[in-house]
Amino acid sequence: MNASTVHASTATTDVPTQRREITADTVASSRRRRATRRRAVMAVLGALIVVCFAITLMVGQTFYPPADVIGVILGHDVAGATFTVGRLRLPRAVLAVLVGLCFGIGGVTFQTMLRNPLASPDIIGISSGASAAAAFAIVTLSLGEAQVSAFAIVAGLVVALVVYGLSFKSGVVGTRLILIGIGIAAMLDSVTAYVLSQAAEWDLQEATRWLTGSLNGSNWAQVVPVLVALAVLGPVLVGQSRNLSMGQLGDDTASALGVRVERSRIVVIIAAVGLIAFATAATGPIAFVAFLAGPIASRIVGPGGSLLIPSALVGALLVLVADFCGQFAFDTRFPVGVVTGVLGAPYLIYLIVRTNRAGGSL
Amino acid sequence: MTTDHTLSIENLTLGYADRTVIDGLDLLVPAGKVTAIVGANACGKSTLLRSMSRLLAPRTGRVVLDGRDVHRMPAKQLARTLGLLPQSPIAPEGITVADLVGRGRHPHQGILSRWSREDDIAVAEALEATETAALAERSVDELSGGQRQRVWIAMALAQQTDLLLLDEPTTFLDVSHQIEVLDLLTDLNSTRGTTIVMVLHDLNLAARYSDHLVALSAGRVHAQGSPAEVLTEEVVRTVFGLDSRVILDPTSGKPLMLPIGRHHMTELSAL
Repeated sequence: MNASTVHASTATTDVPTQRREITADTVASSRRRRATRRRAVMAVLGALIVVCFAITLMVGQTFYPPADVIGVILGHDVAGATFTVGRLRLPRAVLAVLVGLCFGIGGVTFQTMLRNPLASPDIIGISSGASAAAAFAIVTLSLGEAQVSAFAIVAGLVVALVVYGLSFKSGVVGTRLILIGIGIAAMLDSVTAYVLSQAAEWDLQEATRWLTGSLNGSNWAQVVPVLVALAVLGPVLVGQSRNLSMGQLGDDTASALGVRVERSRIVVIIAAVGLIAFATAATGPIAFVAFLAGPIASRIVGPGGSLLIPSALVGALLVLVADFCGQFAFDTRFPVGVVTGVLGAPYLIYLIVRTNRAGGSL
Repeated sequence: MTTDHTLSIENLTLGYADRTVIDGLDLLVPAGKVTAIVGANACGKSTLLRSMSRLLAPRTGRVVLDGRDVHRMPAKQLARTLGLLPQSPIAPEGITVADLVGRGRHPHQGILSRWSREDDIAVAEALEATETAALAERSVDELSGGQRQRVWIAMALAQQTDLLLLDEPTTFLDVSHQIEVLDLLTDLNSTRGTTIVMVLHDLNLAARYSDHLVALSAGRVHAQGSPAEVLTEEVVRTVFGLDSRVILDPTSGKPLMLPIGRHHMTELSAL
């Protein structure tokens, strides 16, 4: 406290007060402009989510007007709509938003922490680990929702630890971590495929769910654990957003600026893996949502400022829109993960091409 | 002026895995002065600096700031007194100069506290002092090496610490930018009384720009004192294994080291 006041007065000797004030005004106005843009982006994304959410409730094989939909939400008995909207569309749309938020925020957290857009949990094996564990718990062990989530989280954390540990060689280098993660992801995906092939009642629905992610058959029992995870772990991550931004300057600089880098990293990893794992346990690893949400949010928000909440909103919007397209835009119904996979793959190729051109460092 | 901080190193041993880099080192950093640390490659200069700002825990011994072990101080409290500019800091893609310099305010902000006028003024001062105010809205990626280094120093200035440690602040800069950065640090020391400790590669620049020169060798302080006392032919021979002539620099009045190699020597140097 004292140090800064002393400085404020001594500094007038080297910088004229008036010029300093003008520069301070410029600094303040550019900071406010960035903050305003970020808030505007979040408001627009939020509004789009509400609109898309409403559309998915109304539109389908049968159209229900807003009055019917609102009636169902308020608990009234509306002929036909109570079942279609209340039992099918509403839990599906709610789950889409919740897992989208989880994937979006979990993905951008890893991308920011590891300073690399390829380092998202669905690329480096964390989602695959959670998915393999969830498939094993459900298909082979026939466990309930809570145990499945626990299985998925433990597997996600173990994979995160293994990938981190294997890539640790006098400090973790992003590229090595990503390559090891991709390898581990491939191994875990084959575990999922094996588990599914051994299942007594093996059907295509379950298979697509655990391999690419699907919202088919969503129900309220799946919604609850994801909602609780988001309510508990979401604020933890948002509370770490400043430390995450400081970490972008490198461990040494962040540490010199008073961030407890190691402690913050542990909290962030546990919270982000937890969100990814809970969401994966509910819907499977919806392809590329975690990977895409951060870079899209970063494009629209612009540099500076935390991307956590904008990315979460982008994730929710992606899942909602992709699921709606998967259901109604084509002759065949596709699970949501197929649609997001089609969106994500070109971006992945673009990133890899850019990496090659830049000579290996992203 | 708050220059009455004491920073001292007591019997410090540092290392990575099974390698000992610094071995039982003692050092008292003179308050309100510019100290330069020199030494051969891999002699532990950067390691020492990292430990002084708590990035590396000591095996034995301690780093003491105002009577307190820095490794036991609250992180933000330490960061309000002692700043460090690492050798190759990372700028996030697309970040603007003003935003990057603003990150230096982190130790002054609480978990919930918003930006204050005081923060904006601190950033403005740092931009003005480093003559980077005109670049405030530019993206750091677009800047030249010299401009970028000044921006990083501005970030460290925005931190408003009374002590500032810098690891090779002139690497990758051409000679005019090296002088520009060292002049800036000298200004900072003389106008604000900031205690500066810097690791430098270039012996002659270290001698010219420091009040106190420390030569490290084999993990210990080989010689320390005024540049005239430390930069001698004998010290250069022991610390760097190099024969040299040391003359008086006519432009600065400080010692100037001229290395003696196997080629391009006049008869005079053979004496």
